[in-house]
Amino acid sequence: MTKLYDKIFKYGLQIIVIIFCVFPFYYAVMTSLEGSAAVFVPNFFPTEINPKNYIYLLFEHNFPNTILNSLFVAIVTVSISITISYFAAWSLSRVNFQGRSMFLFVILAISMFPQIAVLTGMYQLFLNFKEFYFNIFDLRVKGITSLLWLCFTYTMFNIPFTVWVLTTFMKGVPKEIEEAAIVDGASSFLILRKIFLPIMTPAIFTTAIMAMIAVWNEFLFALTFTATNSDRTITVGIALINGTVEYEVPWGSIMAASVIVTVPLVIITLLLQGRIMSGLTAGSIKG
Amino acid sequence: MADINVNTVNKYFGDVHVIKDISLDIKSQSFTVLVGPSGCGKSTMLRMIAGLEDINSGTISIDGQVVNDLPPKQRNIAMVFQSYALYPHMTVFDNMAFGLKLEKRSKDEINERVNEAARILQIEDYLLRKPKQLSGGQRQRVAIGRAITRKPKVFLFDEPLSNLDAALRVQMRVELAKLHNELDATMIYVTHDQTEAMTLADDIVVLDTGIVSQKGSPLELYDKPNNMFVGGFIGSPKMNFMPSKILSKSADSTEVDIMGMSKISVSKLSASSSEGDAVTLGIRPEHLVVNGDADGSWESKVFVVEKLGDVSYLYLEKDGEPLVAETEGHSEIKVGDTVKVGFPAGRCQLFDSSGQAFK
Repeated sequence: MTKLYDKIFKYGLQIIVIIFCVFPFYYAVMTSLEGSAAVFVPNFFPTEINPKNYIYLLFEHNFPNTILNSLFVAIVTVSISITISYFAAWSLSRVNFQGRSMFLFVILAISMFPQIAVLTGMYQLFLNFKEFYFNIFDLRVKGITSLLWLCFTYTMFNIPFTVWVLTTFMKGVPKEIEEAAIVDGASSFLILRKIFLPIMTPAIFTTAIMAMIAVWNEFLFALTFTATNSDRTITVGIALINGTVEYEVPWGSIMAASVIVTVPLVIITLLLQGRIMSGLTAGSIKG
Repeated sequence: MADINVNTVNKYFGDVHVIKDISLDIKSQSFTVLVGPSGCGKSTMLRMIAGLEDINSGTISIDGQVVNDLPPKQRNIAMVFQSYALYPHMTVFDNMAFGLKLEKRSKDEINERVNEAARILQIEDYLLRKPKQLSGGQRQRVAIGRAITRKPKVFLFDEPLSNLDAALRVQMRVELAKLHNELDATMIYVTHDQTEAMTLADDIVVLDTGIVSQKGSPLELYDKPNNMFVGGFIGSPKMNFMPSKILSKSADSTEVDIMGMSKISVSKLSASSSEGDAVTLGIRPEHLVVNGDADGSWESKVFVVEKLGDVSYLYLEKDGEPLVAETEGHSEIKVGDTVKVGFPAGRCQLFDSSGQAFK
C-alpha cells in the first residue's frame, strides 16, 4: 500500500507542477486557435480550430519582420557577449592578476542595476549615437540604427551575467587538464581553442540559451529605442498589435503571436537539452 | 643523460615559505621519490621542476642547462598528474597524440609512437575510446602513455597511484618499476605513501616542511634515519619511540635507561649529548623481541592484536607510552595477555632532544 501511496504522491505532485507551469501556455495555444467571439467564452478545450489569427499575423501584418529583427538582435548580442565572456572567464578564473576578485565583484554589482535606472542616460546616448551614425553612413541603412543600439545595450546588460556564469563553469574545469596541456606544449590560446572550448561547450550552450531568452523577452529597452514599425522587436510588436476597432483587445492575435515566438525557444531548448550540462568533464579526472 | 640539479631553491606562496633552500642532485636515469606528509612541499618541488610554478630564488637545471625561465615545453619533461587530467573530449589515441601533434610530428611517426606506448601499457584495445569509458587503472595508463609518447628526458609523477584501489596500486607500482627499466629515463615521483617510496625508489628524498630531512637509498633511510621524523615516516607500522635517559657514555656506546625499566647499551654516539640527557629511543615493531631473549626487556599488557596472516601486530602500552610489536602470524597471544618485550641493542636508534639521530 505504501508503495501505491508513494506513487500517487510522487506523480500527483508532478502533475500539479506541470499543470501550474504549462496551463497558461496551453490556454494561449487554445485561444490563438479560436475566433474573436469564442475567445471570450472560458473553456478547457477549443470549441473551434481556426488558423485565421496565424494567417493574419504571418501574411497580413508585419509580424514576420519583428521576428527577423529579434533574431538579428538575439544572434548578434549572444555571439558578441559569449565571445567576450569566454575570454574574460578564462582570465578571471585562470590568470592571477591584481584586483581579480574586485573585478568579479564589480561585475556582479553591475548586473544588479535595474534597467530602468539607466534608461534615461541610455536614451541620451542613443540620440548621440544616432547622430554619429547618421553622419557616417548614408541613409539607406538608417533603419538598422535602433537595432544596433539594442544589440549594444543588450550586450552591455548580458555580459556581466554571461561572464559570471562562464567564470563559474571555467573554475570547475580541473586545473590539471590545463597544466597537462601546458606540459604537452600548448600555448594559452591553443588551450582555449582545443581544450577549454570542447569541454566548455555544454556550459556555453547553457549560457547562450539563457542570454538568448533574456534578449528575446526584453521589452523596456526595445520599446524605448525603437520608433518605427519596421524596427520593432517581437515583444514590442506583440504589445502593439491592435484590434479592428478601438478598445478591442485582439486576444486571438496576441496569443497566436505569443505562441509563434515561444515555440522556437522551446524547440531550441529541447534540441540542445542533451548538450546542456551533459557531464562537463566526465572521465577526465578521477571517479 | 639528464641530471637534474636543484640549487638552493626557495619558494614562497604569499608569506608562506614552502620550500626552504633546497638543494638536490638527481642522477640521470635514476628513480627518485620525493616523499613526505601533506604540505611538506613535495608537489611544489615537482611543479617547480616541471615549470608550472615559478622559483623565488635559486636555480634548477636539467642536463646542465638552467631552466628557471624556460616554459615547461622546452624543458623536455612529461608529467603525470594525480587526477590523470586526461582531455575528456578526446579519444585515448588523441590524448596520447596531442603533444606530438603540437610538436608537428608526421602522421606516421605519431601513429608509431602512440601504438608503441599503447603496446607497452597494454591499452591497444582502448585507443578509440573516450576517457569516461575507461576504468581508473586504464585512465592512469593513458595518462602515463601520454607522457611516454613524447619521449622526454625526465618523467615527473605527482602521486599517480593515489586514486587507485589497493590491488590496482600494487599492480601499477610493479608496472612503473618495469617501465623505468624499459625507458631509461630520469623519473621523479612524488608520493605520501612510504611503501611506494620504498618499493620504487633508487633514491628517496624525505621532505619535511620545506626542507630535505634525508636523502638516500630506501634501506639507508630504513636502517639509519637521520632524525626522528625520517625514522617515524619510513616503515609501517611506525617506529616506536620511548622516552629514555643517558646513564653513561663510553668510547663506542651509550648506555640508556628506557623509561626507568631497563638498561641497554646502544653502540651509537653523539658528541653533543652528555650523561643525564633525555633522549628518545626508537625501535621498529619488527625488531622488538616478543617473549624471547633480548638485552633489555619488560612485561606489558596486550590491548589489540592485528592478525595479518603473515605477521601479527600487538598493540601494547606501558605507563601511557604506546608500543607496537610484531610477532608471527599464527601467534597464540590474545588481548589481555601479558607479554615480555625485549629491546635488542643492535636494532635501537637514539635521538637527542632536537630529534637528531646518534650516529
